[in-house]
Amino acid sequence: MSDTSSSEAPFLVRLCAPVGRVFMSFLANVGSIAIFTGRALIHCVTPPFYWRLVVRQMIDIGYYSLPVVGLTAIFTGMVLALQSYSGFSRFSAEGAVATVVVLSMTRELGPVLAGLMVAGRIGASMAAEIGTMRVTEQIDALTTLSTNPFKYLVAPRLIAGLAMMPLLVLVADIIGVFGGFLIGVNKLNFNPANYLTRTFEFLETKDVVSGLVKAACFGFVISLMGCYHGYNSRGGAQGVGTATINAVVSALILILVFNYLITELFFSK
Amino acid sequence: MIEPKHIKIRVRNLHKSFGSKVVLNGLDLDVARGESVVVIGGSGTGKSVLLKCILGIIRPDSGSIQVDGKEVTELSSSERDEMMLKFGMLFQGSALFDSLKVWENVAFGLIQARGMDRDQAHDIAIHKLAQVGLAPEVGELSPAELSGGMQKRVALARAIAAEPEIIFFDEPTTGLDPIMGDVINDLIVKSVRELGATTLSITHDLASARKIAHRIAMLHLGKIIWSGPVESIDRSGNDYVDQFIHGRAEGPIKMQVSR
Repeated sequence: MSDTSSSEAPFLVRLCAPVGRVFMSFLANVGSIAIFTGRALIHCVTPPFYWRLVVRQMIDIGYYSLPVVGLTAIFTGMVLALQSYSGFSRFSAEGAVATVVVLSMTRELGPVLAGLMVAGRIGASMAAEIGTMRVTEQIDALTTLSTNPFKYLVAPRLIAGLAMMPLLVLVADIIGVFGGFLIGVNKLNFNPANYLTRTFEFLETKDVVSGLVKAACFGFVISLMGCYHGYNSRGGAQGVGTATINAVVSALILILVFNYLITELFFSK
Repeated sequence: MIEPKHIKIRVRNLHKSFGSKVVLNGLDLDVARGESVVVIGGSGTGKSVLLKCILGIIRPDSGSIQVDGKEVTELSSSERDEMMLKFGMLFQGSALFDSLKVWENVAFGLIQARGMDRDQAHDIAIHKLAQVGLAPEVGELSPAELSGGMQKRVALARAIAAEPEIIFFDEPTTGLDPIMGDVINDLIVKSVRELGATTLSITHDLASARKIAHRIAMLHLGKIIWSGPVESIDRSGNDYVDQFIHGRAEGPIKMQVSR
């Protein structure tokens, strides 16, 4: 009797324990990311500022991501034109191709695809670099040289991510629309002037601005996840690897979540 | 006993645990102005944790740490940056910034924390590199291009570049051959004498400890169990110290060997 009752309770506990453990560690993570973000933001707005590092990060995030983001954008624009043409021709709405391309690019695909590409490129490199600095005690060395690691490592990356992603997405929008234009004019036999007129006819400021707001948010999230996971990495090469994975995966998921939330904010109703 | 006004670093009843593992268990330590204290002890006895607590990299669970009579465990981050201007630290793995050139590493504290202009800092960095026996050309290399011994010298140059009042050495000779180890020891003794700095070192290399210490303290199970002038280490009358300096597996110190 006592045997069955004592083995039953631990079984239930064993069943529930992992759920509780996962939930608790999720909450702990959210809390520690919130504290990290708060600290980082304070250090973003209080001197000293390391402008040289901000500029270096801006070049890294903005300039060196141009090829990969540009390629993504041009092929996306081209595919959009092809797909919407073949789809819309079923109900004789081929004329809407230009509008569909420009709206899809500026509202959704420009920021999201650029965000995903930059998350893979920049989020990973930030996590790996800061993570390596952590495990080789370089971050401790910064502290002993009277340099706050948040100001020196985290703040420049956050500022650069926030500032450069909108620019990058603006370029991606233009290249994407240009990709659609190339296909529309050369393959689908649209009149160039007509295509361009159609492109801008229904485009509103809000379409572009919402995309740029998304971009700024994504840039911040990518840098934040890269810095957070790198800064908290533990235990040698393997720890840095884990930090890199976590930085990229969490940035990708957060980008998609924020994409929905910002779309809801701008376009619901 | 050291008179209170001469005490540079004063640690009282310091406790630190990681989870259930107690690392520091009521540690007391005084370091006098201009004194070189070496803390010896086995691997994993909390020597590095002690240094990192004093530097504020690790927050102790309880206890008091005073530097120049000022409590440092409760400093804000800007006050801590301020206090760090007094400190220099040589890390076990050198911890050079691999994104910067060697001279920029040495000049880092001068440029970033003290706002010195780069040309002036460059001259000082080259001078400090010469002090540790490195040619000016080395300054233009990146740290990854240097051997372990050279990295250690660069790290030493970086630690002394801003002429700090207090220098910490974390295992300065670990991973070096005995000759290079002795070169580093000589450099440490020389630069500390020139600066008149107070130093606190941790090591398990006794040759190094005998060379750079005025006073040796033995750390075991989170406490200082013996401390005395370096000359008296061979007749300490303490079984733990005897076992450690003779490197015997048998004795009061039991190594945790899993089977």
